[in-house]
Amino acid sequence: MMKRLTLAALCAIATLQAAPSQAQQATEIRLTYSNGQFQPSQVSAPADKPLSFRVKNLDSKAMEFESTSLRVEKVVAAGTEGVINVRALKPGRYEFYDDFNDKARGALTVQ
Amino acid sequence: MLAALIIVFREVFEAGLIVGIVLAVTGSVPHRNRWIGGGVLAGALAACIVAAFTGALSQLFAGMGQELFNAAILGVAVVMLTWHNVWMAHHGREMAGELRQVGQAVADGSKSLLALAVVVGVAVLREGSEVALFLYGVAASDGGSGWSLAIGGLIGLALGAGICLLTYFGLMRIPPRALFATTTALITLLAAGMATQAVAFLERADWLTALDTVVWDTGWLLPENGIAGRTLHTLIGYTDQPTEMQLVVYATVLLVTFLLMRLTGSQPADRAVAVG
Repeated sequence: MMKRLTLAALCAIATLQAAPSQAQQATEIRLTYSNGQFQPSQVSAPADKPLSFRVKNLDSKAMEFESTSLRVEKVVAAGTEGVINVRALKPGRYEFYDDFNDKARGALTVQ
Repeated sequence: MLAALIIVFREVFEAGLIVGIVLAVTGSVPHRNRWIGGGVLAGALAACIVAAFTGALSQLFAGMGQELFNAAILGVAVVMLTWHNVWMAHHGREMAGELRQVGQAVADGSKSLLALAVVVGVAVLREGSEVALFLYGVAASDGGSGWSLAIGGLIGLALGAGICLLTYFGLMRIPPRALFATTTALITLLAAGMATQAVAFLERADWLTALDTVVWDTGWLLPENGIAGRTLHTLIGYTDQPTEMQLVVYATVLLVTFLLMRLTGSQPADRAVAVG
C-alpha cells in the first residue's frame, strides 16, 4: 500500500513538473526592510497582471512578509532577499506587514 | 509581551490541534506516548535546523525553496494520514474482533503509529520553525524588552499546549463506539485540507498554474486569519479564497481515501450489513 501511494505521489509530482511554467511576465516590486520598516512602504502596480515582490531584509533578524488580502506569507532571513509571487489582482488597496513586528506596515495600490 | 504571546500562540495553535487529534486517534494504542512524544521532539529539533538554514533554503529553486519545502512536507503528511486511515480500515476490525491476534496487531500498530508520529513531526516542524526564528530574533535584540518578549513567547507556547489538551480531552468525551468514525472523518478532512495547503504553496511558487482561478471569496463572512477561520483552516482546510485546483485536489483526496478504505477494508462489516 505504502509503495502504491508513494508511486501515486511521484506521478503527481512528475505531472506538476511537466506543467507549462507561467508565460506572462510578472511586474516586479522591490522593497527593502531595515530598522523594522519597509522602504518604500507605499507601492503601486497595474491590475490584472501577476506580481513578484522582492523583499530585501537588511536587518539582523528574520522577518515574515505577510498579507492577508494578497494571500502570502514568507519568512525572509536576516541579510537575504525573498521573492514572493502574487497572482493577477483586481484594482484596490492591499496591505502587507511583517508578521514578527506589527509596527512594520505598508500597502500596495493596484490600479 | 502581548505581541510576542499572540505571534507564538498563532503559530503553535495549528500544531496543538493536530497533536490533540492524533493523541485521541491513538488513544488505546500501547506505547503511543513514546511515538507521539518522539514526533514532537523530532519536529521541534527539525524546526530549529530549518530556522537556522532559512536563508539557504529560500535561495533554492529560484527563491521558491520555502514554498516547495512546505508543499513537500505537507505532501508527506497527506500520504501518512491517508495510509493511516486505510490501515485502520484494514486492521481495525481485526484488532477489535480477534483477541488472539492482538500481539500481532500491536506489532503492526507501531507501523501506523510511525505514520502518525511523522504527521505530528511535520506539524511541529512547520509551525515551530517560525517560532524559533521569531524567538531567536528576540533573543538577539537588545536585552531590556527581550525578556518580556521571551516570557510572552513562552506563555504563547503554553497556551498552544493547552489547545492540544483541550482537543484531546474534548475528543475523548465522545463514546468509544463513535470515536473511531469521528477520528477517521477528522483525519480524512485534515489530509484533504493539508493537500489544498500544499497546492497553495505550489501555486505561490508558480509550479502549479493550471486552474488557478479563485472560485469564491468568503473573506467578508469568515476571514481565514480570524480564530474561527484558523481553526477551520487547520481542521478541514478552510480557505476564504480557494482556487479551482484546490477544490479539485480536496475532492480527490476525499474520494481516494474513501475508495481505498472501501477496497482494503475487511469483509466482516459488509457481511454484517447483508445479514442485518
